[in-house]
Amino acid sequence: MNIEKDNQFVIEGKLALPYQYFSGRTGSRFLIRLRDDKKINGLKCNACNKVFVPPRSTCEICGETIQDNWVEVKDTGTVTGFTVVRYSEPHQPVKAPYILALIKLDGADTPFAHIVQGIAIENMKVGLKVKAKFAEKTTSTIMDINCFMPAG
Amino acid sequence: MKKNRNVGVIGVGQSKYSSHREEVNQPEMIHEAVVAALNHSGITLDDVDCIVHGNMELFEMVHQPDLWHTLGTGSYGKETLRVTTGGTTGATLVAVADQLVASGLHDVVMAIGFEKLQEGHTTGGITNMADPLWARQLQTGALTGMTAADVIEEFGEQRAKMASMKYRIIMDKHAMKNDKAHRRLGLEFDQAEDLAKNSPALVGELRMIHMCSQSDGACVMIFASEEKAKQFCKQPAWIKDHVTVHREESFCIFGEPDYVTSHRYAAEKLFGRNGITDPLNQIDMFEMYDPSSWWGLDWIREFLMLEGDSHIKMIENGDICIDGKFPINPSGGVTASNPIGATAMVRVAEAALQIMGDAGEHQIPKPVNQAMASGFGGTMWTVLFLLTKDVPW
Repeated sequence: MNIEKDNQFVIEGKLALPYQYFSGRTGSRFLIRLRDDKKINGLKCNACNKVFVPPRSTCEICGETIQDNWVEVKDTGTVTGFTVVRYSEPHQPVKAPYILALIKLDGADTPFAHIVQGIAIENMKVGLKVKAKFAEKTTSTIMDINCFMPAG
Repeated sequence: MKKNRNVGVIGVGQSKYSSHREEVNQPEMIHEAVVAALNHSGITLDDVDCIVHGNMELFEMVHQPDLWHTLGTGSYGKETLRVTTGGTTGATLVAVADQLVASGLHDVVMAIGFEKLQEGHTTGGITNMADPLWARQLQTGALTGMTAADVIEEFGEQRAKMASMKYRIIMDKHAMKNDKAHRRLGLEFDQAEDLAKNSPALVGELRMIHMCSQSDGACVMIFASEEKAKQFCKQPAWIKDHVTVHREESFCIFGEPDYVTSHRYAAEKLFGRNGITDPLNQIDMFEMYDPSSWWGLDWIREFLMLEGDSHIKMIENGDICIDGKFPINPSGGVTASNPIGATAMVRVAEAALQIMGDAGEHQIPKPVNQAMASGFGGTMWTVLFLLTKDVPW
């Protein structure tokens, strides 16, 4: 018997990791505006001249508190990067395969991640112009934007 | 032992400690303490060379929180590292920041300890620790029922229970003077009998009232080289020395062998190399990581290297009160506020505030020239600090 190779045991373990986190006053205001008015808002750092979407209560570049500098951005934007999710997991909002893209909204300086539908995967490209499609039923989450669709 | 160069604490910032902080997310909560520390030190983020960040591993169940927290820490474009050593994290953050400055690697280092316990699942984070067969020893965390039984056996039920409850009430009276503290219950000494009997039992004579809280909060400290510290700050609190001791606790079927606790071992080292032969007179105050009032009581004897019942007498005589002979935890200590990844740092921060004279309503009414602070974690880990008002080396 080769104990080096044949009799190695494995200790099985399993962790449950439930957690939640507060979106806070800034994140909540963003979601309320999305839910009640179907408007996308960002926060602007006047010193750095940057508009953050999703909103950041402090400028991540200079550290200033910007939580009151709300600005509205458009519900249209440009894809700056994307990937195709090809496996299914219980937590995913839609069935794989689907396109997860970074979208820079018109008026924002930071891209944010969302699902793009209405275009074949093989036709998807960086630079695509997209427009938000709002959900019919609200969940008070970012999924109040159902997805982005090719614009025009 | 001598440091390469002196390191001073020039700023302290703390968020309010609370059971819930639903109005802020993690980076936003940390940002409150960062702004407070920058304001206290009078410097800006541009003056900070390096940021050290830490909390309990897995307690918020968020992977690499330091990256997310860049939003609130101000670490954009700066050297940043993350430290996590369980309950001692906050103290280890201070040790790391001290070493980064003392070594000459950085002139100004900001250390950030935080926890948002409301958001995670602490049991989930800890239960993967133990497998006694493979030397991952049984871990009881901060549940200190055995210490209660030991103290009762040594000093008798009535005296032990009244001393631990008096300790608890003194801590609450201190917390009432600290507007950052989480639990401020307004306890009075005449409630001791009632609380010792009627507070819900956790393990044996360890009751709910004895135990630390679960808190949300962040603590930030700014450290600077001697040159920079003197430039930025009228009275820095100097980090003279620190000792880290880790010991693995285990249950042994052959009975408990005698051993030196990590607290006494650390104190012996610290006192030995800093010429302290009479800690009660040479040290002016002590901020102790006291996870429960049974441990708080028991550990006074260990940290001050006392024998017999002199630690009990210190409590009975009120020596540990803010205006007593040897004040302990004028901040209210850990039984009042316990944002775990920050908790051990808060001990050093509060000792520093006492030396700087900036503790506000809970400032000790006598000069603080030399202070001690301890961190605790794991099964029995100690980080022990000595801070001074005069430049140490």
